[in-house]
Amino acid sequence: MSLVFYLLSALAVAGALSAVLLKNTVHCALALTVAFAGLALLFLELDAQFAGFAQILVYIGAVAILIVFAILLTRGSETPKDGVYSRNWLAGLVIAAAVFAVLGWAVLQSAWTLPHETAVPAVTVHDIGVALVGRYVLPLEIVALLLTAATIGAVIVARHEKEEAK
Amino acid sequence: MIQTMDQIFVLLAHWLVGFLPSALQPIAGVLLGVVAIVCVFPALFALTTVFERKGLGRIQNRLGPNRVGPYGLFQPIADGIKSLTKEDIVPSTANAPVHFLAPVVLVVAVFMGFAVLPMGRNMVLVDMDAGLLFYFAMGASTEVSVFMAGWSSRNKYSLLGAMRAVAQMISYEVVLLLSSVAVVMISGTLSLTKIVAAQNSYSGVFPHWYIFTPWGLAGFIMYAIAATAETNRSPFDLPEGESELVAGYHTEYSGFKFALFFLGEYLAMFSISGLGTTLFLGGWSAPFSFLQFIPSWFWFFSKLMMSIFVFIWMRGTLPRLRQDQLMNFAWKFVLPFTLLNLMVTALWRFLGVGWERWVFCSAILIAAYIVMGRAGMYRENFGPRRYRYAE
Repeated sequence: MSLVFYLLSALAVAGALSAVLLKNTVHCALALTVAFAGLALLFLELDAQFAGFAQILVYIGAVAILIVFAILLTRGSETPKDGVYSRNWLAGLVIAAAVFAVLGWAVLQSAWTLPHETAVPAVTVHDIGVALVGRYVLPLEIVALLLTAATIGAVIVARHEKEEAK
Repeated sequence: MIQTMDQIFVLLAHWLVGFLPSALQPIAGVLLGVVAIVCVFPALFALTTVFERKGLGRIQNRLGPNRVGPYGLFQPIADGIKSLTKEDIVPSTANAPVHFLAPVVLVVAVFMGFAVLPMGRNMVLVDMDAGLLFYFAMGASTEVSVFMAGWSSRNKYSLLGAMRAVAQMISYEVVLLLSSVAVVMISGTLSLTKIVAAQNSYSGVFPHWYIFTPWGLAGFIMYAIAATAETNRSPFDLPEGESELVAGYHTEYSGFKFALFFLGEYLAMFSISGLGTTLFLGGWSAPFSFLQFIPSWFWFFSKLMMSIFVFIWMRGTLPRLRQDQLMNFAWKFVLPFTLLNLMVTALWRFLGVGWERWVFCSAILIAAYIVMGRAGMYRENFGPRRYRYAE
């Protein structure tokens, strides 16, 4: 629990809070990008190089852009006239607190079941690669199938739009 | 003597750092490296702006800048003073914090990419195990800054230019990554220093650079196309085409912020050429085994400047591609060819050393190029142009 960890988690939490509290939707998307960057830095602080850089490459480089495009191409980008906070904010707060309590309890419970490790295992990219095609090859193939289905779906959606325009 | 010249910057850094107490030495070493990068590459940028304007001028049968200094060499100083003293205009309806941060994010992300490039023997700022992945992560962050610049200016042309630029950058990012994966497959590592070390051997006189293999040549050409598109450089510069979009996403920037965008674009060009040199052209290794007495950093920077010269040459020669043409090109031609290149690389690796792998791999790549080229041209009607008038 070092100083670096506190600073990085402060950055991530500040970004996430700004993403829900700011008025301008595009500002919220950019604050979410800052939260992603904070998460990536937390991964790097834990010496998970591949996870950290992949987080930056995928989340900041692609997902953030996707979110921003979605905001700009739909009509939600204007600030709503009657404010951003809903009327039943108390119920929302209670539900969020309950979810946080359940997640926190689950995480803290599982900390006792992990084997007590004396040294931090150094996971290189090579180890990740070997694990992906060795032990975790079935999840890898399922994810590949999912991505293929998504690509085919995108092509079909775009194609139907072209035919309707004709 | 040769060793000293080769390692002269490393020895200089060690000597300078030796003056400090040993507790501060690691930090001082890193800081010295950072200062060196921040001084050298903007100086190269200044030199490149003159070369570009003179080169483009010569290609277009005119002289280029020749007023300021001998052969116009002091022109960047004049440009720098001009951009520093210009009034910084921010539109009144623009989103001020995002408008201010966009060039900052761009320049920071681009400078970070230089940290993993091996510029000579033992001359990397940070020797990371996943160096290539770090480089691409920093490249992906530049897209956010392009969008921020276009959106915050509250200008329809800027927003349109930014959307086009982002779409183009995302499409060609996939091509860039996949063409580099072929190199990673053969070297077996993501670390850029190890990739250069794998290319640093010679069979007789000729080097083992990856560009001299069939898959390497195809990969390098696709990497070069993707690099030109990633840095919004002609013939892919529709997002900043002057005749179509005023100046695209940096329309509303004046003075030093515009200079920062300009700096960011050229530095991105340097760093992507540096990465291409590292992956395909052997990094800092000499082209022939008898030329190894020339220092390694000299070879790296000359290959870098050669790539920049080719960029300038392409800008002066080729016409601009339209947005739908360049997107079609990326998704329908270059990306399938990149995937084929991955398979050919695997075939190369598993056929083993010998003449068979050269013949088979070259044959597959050339056949695929011809077939896909013909298939792409099938539906275009190359006849006399027919006009439709409003009735």
